Amino acid sequence: MKLSKEIKIDLYTRMIRQRTFEDETTRIFAGGEMPGFLHLSQGEDAMAAGTCANLLKEDIIFTTHRGHGCIIAKGADMKPMMAELFGRIDGCCRGRAGSMHFADVTTGCMGSNGVVGEGMRIALGTAFAQKYNKTTNVTAVYFGEGATGTGAFHESFNMAAVLKLPLIFVCSINLYAQMTPKVDHIAIENVADRAAAYGAPGVTLDGNDVEAVYEEMGKAVKHCRAGKGPYMIEGKTYRHHGHFEGDPCNYRPAGELEQWLNKDPIVLYEKQLKKENVIDDAFISKTRENAKKEVDEAVAFARKSPQPAVEELYRDIFA
Amino acid sequence: MADKKPLNFQWAINHGIAEEMRRDPTVFIVGEDVGKPGGPFGVTRGLIDEFGPERCVDTPISEGAIVGLCCGASAAGLRPVAEIMFMNFITLAVEEFYNQASKMRWMFGGQVKLPMVVRAMTAGGFGAGPHHSSSLEGWFASMPGLKVVMPSNPVTAKGLMKAAIRDDNPVLYVEPLQSYKLKAMMPDGDYITPIGKAQVVKEGKDITIVSIGRMLAEAEKAISVLEGSGIKAELIDLLTVNPFDMETIYASVKKTSRCVIIHEAKKIMGCGAEIAAALQEDLFDWLDAPVARVAAPFTHIAFQPALEKHYLPDAEKLVAKVKEMIG
Repeated sequence: MKLSKEIKIDLYTRMIRQRTFEDETTRIFAGGEMPGFLHLSQGEDAMAAGTCANLLKEDIIFTTHRGHGCIIAKGADMKPMMAELFGRIDGCCRGRAGSMHFADVTTGCMGSNGVVGEGMRIALGTAFAQKYNKTTNVTAVYFGEGATGTGAFHESFNMAAVLKLPLIFVCSINLYAQMTPKVDHIAIENVADRAAAYGAPGVTLDGNDVEAVYEEMGKAVKHCRAGKGPYMIEGKTYRHHGHFEGDPCNYRPAGELEQWLNKDPIVLYEKQLKKENVIDDAFISKTRENAKKEVDEAVAFARKSPQPAVEELYRDIFA
Repeated sequence: MADKKPLNFQWAINHGIAEEMRRDPTVFIVGEDVGKPGGPFGVTRGLIDEFGPERCVDTPISEGAIVGLCCGASAAGLRPVAEIMFMNFITLAVEEFYNQASKMRWMFGGQVKLPMVVRAMTAGGFGAGPHHSSSLEGWFASMPGLKVVMPSNPVTAKGLMKAAIRDDNPVLYVEPLQSYKLKAMMPDGDYITPIGKAQVVKEGKDITIVSIGRMLAEAEKAISVLEGSGIKAELIDLLTVNPFDMETIYASVKKTSRCVIIHEAKKIMGCGAEIAAALQEDLFDWLDAPVARVAAPFTHIAFQPALEKHYLPDAEKLVAKVKEMIG
């Protein structure tokens, strides 16, 4: 399939916005201004952009603890998002969720999760509701290869298949389950092979090739909107940062990061699009400037937002 | 009505669910055996015939996924009523209760509500043994954001089920298998039993007995024995263990100056401990005797009949405790 110029630019712009947000967040966190734990997604940008570009506002996603990229790609406003990371009252979750438990229901981001794999079980429910209400909307749930060792993965995939739910399982293979390399905890090469065990399609692809991700997700969404049950996409990618910000990453073999930086999805796509004459240097600078401006405004918004009052601790326990 | 007959506990639950399903198309049932088989003990029998398989959903044996599905479906606007079967199996879904269902609304700054009900059975007294007979409500009552109700008879079974389904929060509904055989004449019309409100079942002046769940039947037996000894006990049916109704208990204890709590769960870290602690914190000067508890010992429930009988609290043990307190 030949993608239109418009789609190519959309995919590129999404990745630049995601990356700029993450890079700025890295800098601010290192300065000690942001509380809590942070798990950042630099390197996995193509998986988020390529998948979310296929989704409508009414479609739902569940993200991992490393969810910023997907949340931005799905359409969340960076201002309340950044305020949430700062733990401020104007955050999407009134400063109670931070990065790890983030949700922005209005854009269909139904929750990041601090428990690996758990989004899959909850995603069953939104997919169930989409089917129950006779919509053609879909749910996509994101996870890493570490989560494929949980009961949540197997239970959810089996149940989604049995109930024929419109649920897309999106697995970003970033080579580490926290600090343990993939070869030490998964006995097979491609985890998407496991989809066959549930009678569902499972496709393995290069997770740094944003167009490949986009095209496969298009097939997955079509499959789910047609009521054919779940679908799995596995993208091989890499986590440029450690498991968490501050992780010394001493478990990584020498040279591994450098090797993957050469396959950075944004660098690759920029080269490709320049070669195809879709973008030029001026466009690249402009896109990066715009993204920086958007993130800077979000940071300014977050900094101005007040800290939550202690009464917030007692609100919203019950509806 | 002349042709009105008493209804048993399991049909009371069934009628409560059916009435709500008729009233509200977003209500559906989900779990192992709840659809075509009609529930492992027949509680959901007939619902699939009236409401169809879309609203009566049989699932694989995946407790965590069932409760996870309820979280997502309720956040998306539906009202699931799930069945976990024996309460011991809920251990496989504690993650979904504790980290997800009870926290989602709070964590997300109030963006979602989770109107979901999960039913679980306790089976003390059936010789079902350590993996089928536990009363774990205390674990769940310690979770902010999760309501826990324990019906005591057919009337409250139906009323609490209807209240739980209408509630905008996650509710764990604990039903004792022992109570399934109880029968009662049911109130007419559309009624609910309010969550968070205890009921004074019998008035008395000498001691307050707070009963949780199926222990109501044991407490009623004990009260008639005590009356023979001239002791007039006031009986409170707690009905909800989170949030529990201390106001009703306080009003009663101010009158009687004595209190004993009876529940099937273990005494140590059981719900009675919380009530006793609250009473001594807030009502110390009103008490004429230490607050007592009649509950299970700190060991495991046995399948062996004599050992199980020794383990479970009952009317006899309650009578002995009250006589000891009043002397």
